This record gives sequence, structure tokens and C-alpha cells, in this order.
Amino acid sequence: MASYNFKKIIVVPSAKDFVDVILSKTQRKTPTVIHKHYKITRIRQFYMRKVKYTQQNYHDKLTQILNDFPKLDDIHPFYADLINVLYDKDHYKLALGQLNTARHLIDNVARDYVRLLKYGDSLYRCKQLKRAALGRMCTIMKRQGQSLEYLEQVRQHLARLPSIDPNTRTLLLCGFPNVGKSSFLNKVTRADVEVEPYAFTTKSLFIGHMDYRYLRWQVVDTPGILDHPLEERNTIEMQAITALAHLRAAVLYVLDVSEQCGHSIEEQIQLFKNIRPLFSNKPLIIAANKIDIISMDELRDESKEELKKLEAEDVPIIPISTVTEDGIVKLKMEACDRLLAQRVDMKMKGPKVNDVINRLHIAQPTQRDTKARPPFIPEAVKMRKQAMEVESEKKKLLRHKAEEEGDDYILELHKEWMLPEEYKTDIIPEIWMGRNIADFVDPDIESKLLALEEEEKLREEAGFYDDDVSSEDEEMAEIRSLARQIRDKKALIIKARREKSSMNAPQVPRKAKAVKRKSFETEMNSLGIEPTADGHYTQVRGRSRTPVARKRQRVDSTGRATSSMRTPRDESGIRDPEKRKQARDLSKKVQRKMNQHARKGEGDRTILSRKPKHLFTGKRKMGKTDRR
Amino acid sequence: MRIEKCYFCSAPVYPGHGMMFIRNDSKVCCGFQYFSMKAVREQGKKGTSFRFCRSKCHKAFLKKKNPRKVRWTKAFRKAAGKELTVDNALEFEKRRNIPIKYDREMWKKTILAMARVEDIRKRRHDQFIINRLNKGRALRKQRDIKEVKESIHLIRPPAADLKKKKAEAVVQVIPDSEDVEMLEN
Repeated sequence: MASYNFKKIIVVPSAKDFVDVILSKTQRKTPTVIHKHYKITRIRQFYMRKVKYTQQNYHDKLTQILNDFPKLDDIHPFYADLINVLYDKDHYKLALGQLNTARHLIDNVARDYVRLLKYGDSLYRCKQLKRAALGRMCTIMKRQGQSLEYLEQVRQHLARLPSIDPNTRTLLLCGFPNVGKSSFLNKVTRADVEVEPYAFTTKSLFIGHMDYRYLRWQVVDTPGILDHPLEERNTIEMQAITALAHLRAAVLYVLDVSEQCGHSIEEQIQLFKNIRPLFSNKPLIIAANKIDIISMDELRDESKEELKKLEAEDVPIIPISTVTEDGIVKLKMEACDRLLAQRVDMKMKGPKVNDVINRLHIAQPTQRDTKARPPFIPEAVKMRKQAMEVESEKKKLLRHKAEEEGDDYILELHKEWMLPEEYKTDIIPEIWMGRNIADFVDPDIESKLLALEEEEKLREEAGFYDDDVSSEDEEMAEIRSLARQIRDKKALIIKARREKSSMNAPQVPRKAKAVKRKSFETEMNSLGIEPTADGHYTQVRGRSRTPVARKRQRVDSTGRATSSMRTPRDESGIRDPEKRKQARDLSKKVQRKMNQHARKGEGDRTILSRKPKHLFTGKRKMGKTDRR
Repeated sequence: MRIEKCYFCSAPVYPGHGMMFIRNDSKVCCGFQYFSMKAVREQGKKGTSFRFCRSKCHKAFLKKKNPRKVRWTKAFRKAAGKELTVDNALEFEKRRNIPIKYDREMWKKTILAMARVEDIRKRRHDQFIINRLNKGRALRKQRDIKEVKESIHLIRPPAADLKKKKAEAVVQVIPDSEDVEMLEN
């Protein structure tokens, strides 16, 4: 069963867009790089893939469109007829048929060219074949421009059709234009249909939903119909006719008794008679609308006669007014009940009913005895009810007192407190010793305090509060004072050490330092050791005998007195040894800071320019890059 | 009227002092400790209310500081075990949300009890702090002993005693006349 929601049909592109989409997809999703020196099989395969891919895409897209659009033979005759009325069945079928043909043609073209491509002997030829194939496919598609355009319009219109379910409980409104069909729909359902005081305000079907007897009902509003033969009816009227013909619904024929719609009652009844065949097998009710303007009794005699005749034919006439809402509920209930009865009737006649009916059982319990069992009402409630009926004397309120006394009245609310008389004037303490009394108030505070006192006593006995802090003996005091002295001494040592280390002199390890005898002795003395006079520290390292030169001294030599070696560079500039020493000290001093901070000094390698311009400018030709 | 507690530092906030912050969270009957039912009733304030004793606490709150992690608050001191937290004497002061009808006798008893409870609480609290400080005292003692044991040589040269003993020995030897003669020879 086809669904009746036509909103999901995807957009039908125009022919130009269609071609663009397909070709760009081919370009995006298939490989693009090919060279003529590739193997011919690979080249053929490359172009074949393009052709096949394009064809596949065309095929898929067209199939999608063909599947999406409803097939007139499959859907409910109501929709089939509606589509016929709105879009012309022949045109619709032709457009879809043409698309189907185009799909076939494209498939054939692709098949032919793939066959030809198998014999392509060069890249050029294969490419030309591919071009031809795609070109032909696109030409076929371009010819479908009109069909596609038409289908797109149909799609847009279909999406906006009300989703009428042809099989559910439906009330159908019909009648001349401007008789009040849409007003009724607005009153009965939550729909908000446009209502204007001119004919053919409603140009298509509208639908509203309502609830009755816990069921969901749809109410279909149709455009007005005029009284002329079927062949002369226009599209707007035909929609109403279609709905009347195909929907299994309760028909409400709306009759304008005030004749403000421009048609007399006789005309309206004539139309009713003309379209009567459409109402066969359907519950039918005539709604005599606009009785707020003219009541049923004020009608002309002829009209009354006509209506009476109709009533005699078992067509109920219910007077309503959409303005004052008279009779609307009655009409609704009547129509719904009739339809429901008819539907149940139909089902009872149907073949499926036996499956359901044998499962139904309605229990009717027999009466046990004749004893009356009224609902139980408690005595108090009865009394209260009685008291409410009898006027009791009103209680005197403070307000009344205030009114009586006037300016003398003083508001004393504390007198109204529910406390013993002597407490009423107490000033209740709230805060005491920086604490809230309310936080301590406790009915059994006494017992709790007693328990606490008990606990406290136990603690005292257990020696919880005995202080053992003062029990410090003399020995400990001495140790403490000694420790303090030691700490002071340590601090002094550390300070002295710091002082020393901040001097501007190289640090020599203690072991490598020469120790003077004098200082050693004083230190040892301070530690309480008297160094012995012949201790090892008094010994001096002996010097080995200087070897005597074997060669005799050349006294008579007239050679150069000084060495002919080049003078060291640090000595070469300054002649005066005094000045030279000064210069050296100065240079060392300058260097000291640098060394401390581990910075680059003059002894370090320096690169003056990391990128010398002359090596990096100019055009390079033959030769090396490291010199110019 | 009641003395509120500062949300941040737990100091008492007397009526007419400090400031109150109402958080716009529509919690009327929350179980929050410092929530003021009265504020709701009288001023129509709906939300968790926070009292602050001074701008310092208010600012700290606005900076989203956690009072348990700020060292100068009561909350920190309690959380860090610096103060007495678990004790029966502390059980008397409690926010009771049950209304009790005024009774003069009961109020009298309560006030008398409050004084006594306060005494006991103070005593226990002081003892708690003394106990807490004892630990440090013992450690310091230990440290002093160690210091004296290990570094006594810094103030008292180990050989000083030796020298003194020697001197004493010399002094004792001198009166012996024979030895003197021998030495002279």
C-alpha cells in the first residue's frame, strides 16, 4: 500500500543542473590522471570506467525519481483522481514514461560505447569515444528538460497537499461557495482556515482534526461547488467532487438559509439533488447554516416545503450557526455517531468480523439481593454540611475591635500568643555571651548536661588535665642551653665561611693549600692540644743535590745574550715590565666578570657575520658557492 | 534576631553587621547551614544565602576561594585538626529547625547550662591545644639532645680535658723532691 505522505519526494533538478551534477560527480569520483605511455588496457579501462560511472549515476538518479513519484494505479483512487484533476493524468504519465525511456536510451548508449572502447587503440581515440558517449548521454538528458520541469512543479504541489487518510473516520463538508463550510471547520477543529466573505475563498482541500469519543476524526473542507454539469466544472470544484466520490465519510451538506451566499434555498436544494448520487452509501446530514440571521421559522413557505420534503426522505436537517455556535456540537455528534454506526455496520458484514466477535464477552452480573447499599458518608461530614447551611454567629476579630476603639487601639499581638498568661509579656532573650540561645534550647538539656558533667569528672580522675610540661629537670635545661650555644657557634662558622667565599680570589681546595706552622699551632692550642715541638709538621722536605753541569761554562762566547725566540705576544707591545704587569692585571680583571657569568670572552671563537652579504648575493652560475 | 556565622571564616556576625549574599538558585528550603529562613520570609529572598563578617571574607568568596584551604579560617583549622572538633561539649549548640514554644523555666535552665557548657568546652579546648603542642616540644627535645651529642666539639674542644688532666698530673708530681733532684741531674 502506497503511503499518502508525498513530502518525501526528493527535488527534481532541471535538465541543466542534472547534467552538471552528473558530470561533476564523474570528474570528482573517478581517476583523472592518464598518460599516453600507459599500457593500452589501462587506458581503455580508465575511459570505460568513466563512461560506466556516468551511466550508472544517470540510471540511479532517474530510478530514484521514477520510484519516488506515486504510481496512479497503486494509490488510493481518491488520490489517483485528485492527481488527475490537479495535474492531468496523461501529462503525468507521459512525463514519467519519458524519463523511463531516457534511462533506457542512456543505458544503451553506454553499452555501445563501452563495446567500442574495447577496440580503442590509443589514448586519443579512447578519449574521443568517452567524450562522444558522455555527450550523447547528456543530450538525451537535455531533451527531458520539460518533463523534469513539470515533475518538479508537481512535486512541489504534492508536498503541500493535506495528508488526508482516505480510510479513517472522516467528516466531509460540501455545498455552494460561501455558505460557511470553512467557518464550521474552524469552529470544530484546531485548523485555522482562511474565511472571507466572497465566493471561492477555499480553492483546495483543507483538513482539520478533532477528538470525539476518544477517537481521532478528520474533517475535510472542500471548495464550493456550483450547480452545473460535471463536464463544465473547473479544477477547484473537481477537487470537491473527487473527495465526495472517493472518501468514505459522513457528508455534511451545508445550506445557507439566509441566502447571503447569493444562491436561493431552492437552488441549493437543486444542487443537492443533482449530486445526490455521490452521497450514496454515506451518512448524510444537511446543516442549515446562518440561523443567526434568519431563523428556521421565518423562512418562506416554499422553502419550508422543500426542506420538509427532504426530511421525509430520511435526511436530517440540523440548524446551526457558526457565529453563535448554535447547534454545532449537536451536528458534530450526530454526524460522528451516524458515521460510526455505519462503519460498525460495515465491519459486522465483513468477513473478518468472526475473528473478533468470538473473543468479545460482556458480563452482566446478576443482582445478589435486594439490600440497599448507599454510599457511606461520615457523621462529621454530615454535621459540617448542616452547619454550613445554618448561619452561625460570626467570631469577633481583632479587626472589628480596632474599628470599634478607633485611635485608642494598640496592636498587641503578643497577647494573642498561645502561651500561659504570665509568660506573655516576657522579653524573650535571643543572644547571650555571643551565642544564640535558640541553638541551645532543648527539652532534655538538663540530662545531657548531667551526662557531660559526669564525663568531665571521669576525665579529671583519669588525669586528663594533669600538666606534665613543667616537669623538666636540670639536666635537660643544661642540654638545651648547650644546644643553643652550639647553634650560635654554627651560625658564626657559616657566616665566616660566607664572608670568605665572597672574596675575589680563586678557590683552592683545603688539602692543596699550604698550612703555615704558626696558624696550625694557634688552632691546635685553641682546641686544647699542645703540638709537640718535634711533630711531623715541623719537618721540611729536603732538596736533592743540584747536579753539576757536565759541560764547562762558555765564558768566552760572543753569541747573543738573549734567546732568539720571538717574544710572547702579551709581552711584545709594552716594553716596560711594570706597565706590562699592570696591563695583564687589567685584562684579567676585565675578563673576570665574563668568566663568572660564563659569557663569551675575547678568547672565544667569534663569528662576526653569520651570513656575509657578498657570499649570498648575486646570481649563481658555475663554480663554488663558498667564495665569489 | 540571631548571631549568624560568617560563611568564610565562621566568625560571628552580629545583627546589623557584615553583608549577605543571596545566590540566585531558587533554593528556598535547602539544607544549607547558614541559610536564613527569616530572610526569605521578610524580604522575599529566594536562594541560598551567605553571610560575611567583613569585606575580606566577601572578596575571598567572590574569588571562589575554598575556606577549607585558606589558613586563616576556622574551617581550615578544623579540617586540619588544629582545633577540637569531636566532643560532647560541642553537641549542645545546634541549629534546630523544630520550633519550640517559649517556656520561661526552660529558658532559665538553658542559660545556666550554656555557661557551664562553655566552661567545659573551653577547658577541653585548651587541653586539646596543649596536647597538640606537646608533640613539637618532644621533637625539639630530641633535636637538642642530638645536637649536643654530635656537635659538642664546636664549643668544647675534645682535647681540653686532656690538657687539664696533664696539668693536674704535673702539679701532683712536683712536690716529690727526689724526682726534682733527678731531673736536675
